Amino acid sequence: MFKRLALATTAIAMLALAPMAAARADTPAQGGDIVVTYKDDITTLDPAIGYDWVNWSMIKSLFSRLMDYDPGTAKVVPSLAESFEVSPDGLTYTFKLRKGVKFSNGRALVAGDVKYSIERAVNPKTQGPGAGFFGAIKGFDELTAGKAEVLSGIETPDDGTVVFHLSRPDATFLHVLAINFASVVPKEAVEAAGGDFGKKPVGSGAFILKDWTIGQQLVFERNPDYYLKDVPHIDKVTVEVGQEPLVALLRLQKGEVDIAGDGIPPAKFLEVKNSPDGAQIIVDGEQLHTGYITLNTKVKPFDNLKVRQAVNMAINKERITRILNGRATPANQVLPPLMPGYDKAFTGYAYDVEKAKALLAEAGFADGFETVLYSTNTDPQPRIAQAIQQDLAAIGIKAEVRALAQANVIAAGGTEGEAPMIWSGGMAWIADFPDPSNFYGPILGCAGAVQGGWNWSWYCNKDLDARAIAADSMSDPAKAAERQAAWGKVFTDIMADAPWVPVINERRVVAKSPRMGGPDNIYIDPTRVINYDAIYVKQ
Amino acid sequence: MLAVLARRLVQSVLILLGVAAITFVLLYALPADPARMIAGRSATAATVANIRHELGLDQPLLQQFGTYLSHLLEGNLGRSYAQKTEVATLIAARLPATLTLMVAGIFMELVIGITLGVIAAVARGGAVDRLIMMTAFVGVSAPQFIVALFLLYVFAATLGWFPMSGFGTAAHLVLPATTLGILGAGWYARIVRSAMIDVLNQDYIRTARAKGLSGARIILRHALPNAILPVIAMIGIDIGQFMGGVVVVEAVYGWPGIGQLAWQAIQQVDIPIIMGVTLTSALAIVIGNLAADLIAPAVDPRIRSH
Repeated sequence: MFKRLALATTAIAMLALAPMAAARADTPAQGGDIVVTYKDDITTLDPAIGYDWVNWSMIKSLFSRLMDYDPGTAKVVPSLAESFEVSPDGLTYTFKLRKGVKFSNGRALVAGDVKYSIERAVNPKTQGPGAGFFGAIKGFDELTAGKAEVLSGIETPDDGTVVFHLSRPDATFLHVLAINFASVVPKEAVEAAGGDFGKKPVGSGAFILKDWTIGQQLVFERNPDYYLKDVPHIDKVTVEVGQEPLVALLRLQKGEVDIAGDGIPPAKFLEVKNSPDGAQIIVDGEQLHTGYITLNTKVKPFDNLKVRQAVNMAINKERITRILNGRATPANQVLPPLMPGYDKAFTGYAYDVEKAKALLAEAGFADGFETVLYSTNTDPQPRIAQAIQQDLAAIGIKAEVRALAQANVIAAGGTEGEAPMIWSGGMAWIADFPDPSNFYGPILGCAGAVQGGWNWSWYCNKDLDARAIAADSMSDPAKAAERQAAWGKVFTDIMADAPWVPVINERRVVAKSPRMGGPDNIYIDPTRVINYDAIYVKQ
Repeated sequence: MLAVLARRLVQSVLILLGVAAITFVLLYALPADPARMIAGRSATAATVANIRHELGLDQPLLQQFGTYLSHLLEGNLGRSYAQKTEVATLIAARLPATLTLMVAGIFMELVIGITLGVIAAVARGGAVDRLIMMTAFVGVSAPQFIVALFLLYVFAATLGWFPMSGFGTAAHLVLPATTLGILGAGWYARIVRSAMIDVLNQDYIRTARAKGLSGARIILRHALPNAILPVIAMIGIDIGQFMGGVVVVEAVYGWPGIGQLAWQAIQQVDIPIIMGVTLTSALAIVIGNLAADLIAPAVDPRIRSH
C-alpha cells in the first residue's frame, strides 16, 4: 500500500517536474554566476609567468593569443589571428590580425602588442619559465643573452600584420603561439602595474578580472567586447581559494559551490560515485598525462638493459589503477592515448613476473639487488610507491622507498648519479601542448639529461635525438601525417631501451554541481583543464 | 624599569636577527632549488640560469644574507619568487584574518580553560577533577583536522547554524575560534588548576573563609586574580603560535590566514615568503612575551619589587 502510494506520488511529481526538466535542457545558455574553489591561492595571472594547472586555465580566459584550440579538443585554430600563411621553407609565418579587438582598458590591440608580449616572455628580466618555447624565433639568442632588447625575428609591417622569421623550421610553432606565454598584453598596463601585473592583469580574453581579495577570492566578469560571438556563456566566476577539497565537496553537495577545482579526495571518491547525483557531479576526463618510473641509466645496475626490461615486466599496473579508484588506465608506452602519435598496436612489456626473474638472472642478478625508489610524499603517491616496492620485491629487488617533498625529489632527479628510480606521481609529465615533441626533449632527450634537467633516466640516445630534430623540421602541414608517424616511431623505439616504466595514464577529476552544463571535455579540456569560455549553467 | 625595558628590547632585536640568520641558512641549504621550481619542467638550462641570476641566487650565501638584511632594515621583506609580488603586501593582506582568529581563539581558550581549571581546582582529587583533566588531555591531543571537520560537519553542514567557509562576519568566526578553544584550552586548564590549588592553600584564603565569605566570592575575587600570572605568560607564547598560522584550522574553514600562505610557500620553495612569515611570527612571540612581562607587574604587585 505504502509502496503504491509512494509510486503514485513519484509519478505525479515527475509529471509536474517534466516541463521544468525540458526547460533545463543541456544546451549552452547565456548567463549565470558560478563559484569555483581551489585549495591553493592563485599565484599569479601574468601570462609570461603563470605555469601551474590552476592559473593556466584562468590565464587562457583572461588573455587572447594568435592561435587557440577548439574547446575540448587538441585542434589548433586561429584566434586573434584572422588568417595566416606559412612560407614553403617553413621559416616565415605571416599573421593577419582580427580587426576591432580591444584590451579591457579600451585600447585597440595592434600588431606591436603581439611583438612586445612575446619579447617580454623571452626577456630574462621577466624571469618567465616559458622563454625556451620561442627558441626558433630569430634573435632569440641575442635577447636571452642580454645583447638585445627585442626579437629581430618579429616584424610588424602594419598594425594588422605580424611576421615571424624563424632560424630553423619548427613544426610546433603554431602550438607555441597558442601557449599561455604567447598571450598578448598591453605594454602600458604592464608598466603601470610596476611589477605587479600578475595581480592586475589586463587582456583581451573572454573574461576580465574585476576584483582580487588576496588569499580569499577572485572575481571574473564576462568581457562584453570579446571578439568571439556568444563567448563566454557565464556572466561571473567567483574563485574562492584556501578551500580544503573535502569541505569544497560538502559545499558543492549543498549547492554553495559549482565547481570544486581540486576534484574529489580519494577517500570520498567511491561514496560520491555511488551517490544518486554521482554521475552528474563527477567529471572524469582523460588528459595528456603519463605516470612513469624512471630507471637511471647512469646508476648501476640500471645501466644494464636487461635489468630495465625486467623491471618493466615486474610492475603490476592494474593494481596501481585500483589504488587510484580506477581513475587511471595502465600505460605501455611514453605517449598518452590522447596524444597524436600514440601507437594503439604497440603492446610494450606485458606483466610477467617469471620472465622478469629470468631476465634478471640473465643479467647476473639472480638474487636481486638493493636500490632506492624516490616518490613525492602526498597521498596517494607513497601508497603507489609501496605497491611498486612490493612488485620489485617479487622479483628479488629490495627497494627502499624515499618519500620526500616534491622540490626535493625534483632536485634528486636532476642530480647525476643520485636517484636510481623515481616514481613520477605528483610531478608527472602533462603536455604543455598537444604535440608529441613535447614528450621528448626535456624528459627523454639528451638536452634534458643534464644537471638540473628533467630527464631523470639520464637517457641520451644521439640517434633518436637526430630523428626528433628531423621530425620537428617537417613544418609543412602536408607532411603532418608523416611527421606524426615519425614521432610515434621515436617513442616506441625508446621502449626498446626501456629507460622508463610507463605505468598509468591518469585521468583528472573535477567535481561540478548538477546545474553546470556541457560535455566533460570542457571541464577537463586537454589544453586548459577547465575551459571557462565554454562551460555554462543549465537554464 | 626603563633600563629593564631597554635591555629587553636589545635582546629582542638579537633574537630576531638570530631567527633570520638560522632560517635563511636552513632554507638555502635545502637541496631544493627555487629557480628550478619557478622555471618548471619545460624550461631550458639557460632559462633556469637566467632566473637564478635575476633572483641573485648565484651569489655567495653570505652576500645574499647581507642583501636580505639591508633590505630588511629598510622595512623591505622582498618579493615572492612564485607570486612576483611584495611579501609585505601578501602578509599584510592576511594579517586581519590572522589577528581576528588569534584574539577570538585565545578568548575561547581562556573561557573554556579557566572555567575548567577553576572547577577542577575546587573539586581537586575528586571524580569531577579527574574527568576535567582527562577531557583537557583529550582536547590538547586530539587531531586538529578531526575536531575542525567534526564541528564543521555538525554545526555548519548539517544544522546550518554557521557558514561552512570564509571570513568576514562574526558567524564565520565562531567555529574556527571554538575549534582552537577546544584544542588549546587544556593547557590553560592545567595551568589554572595547579596555580589555583597553590593559592587555595594559602593562609589568606583560610582567613577569608574564616571571615565567612561565600565560596564563589573567595574563588573569583581572592583566589583567581592571584592565580592568573602564569596564564598571562602562557598567552604571550600562544600569540606567537597563532601568528605563525594555524594551518589545519585555516584550511578546513577556508580562513585566509597567514598559515595557508606559509604552507603554500613551503611547497613552492618560495623563500622570501617563508622568511617573512617566520620573522612575523618571531616578532609576535617577542612582542607577546615583552607585553606579558610588562603586564604582569600591573596585575600582580608582588612582581614590582623585582
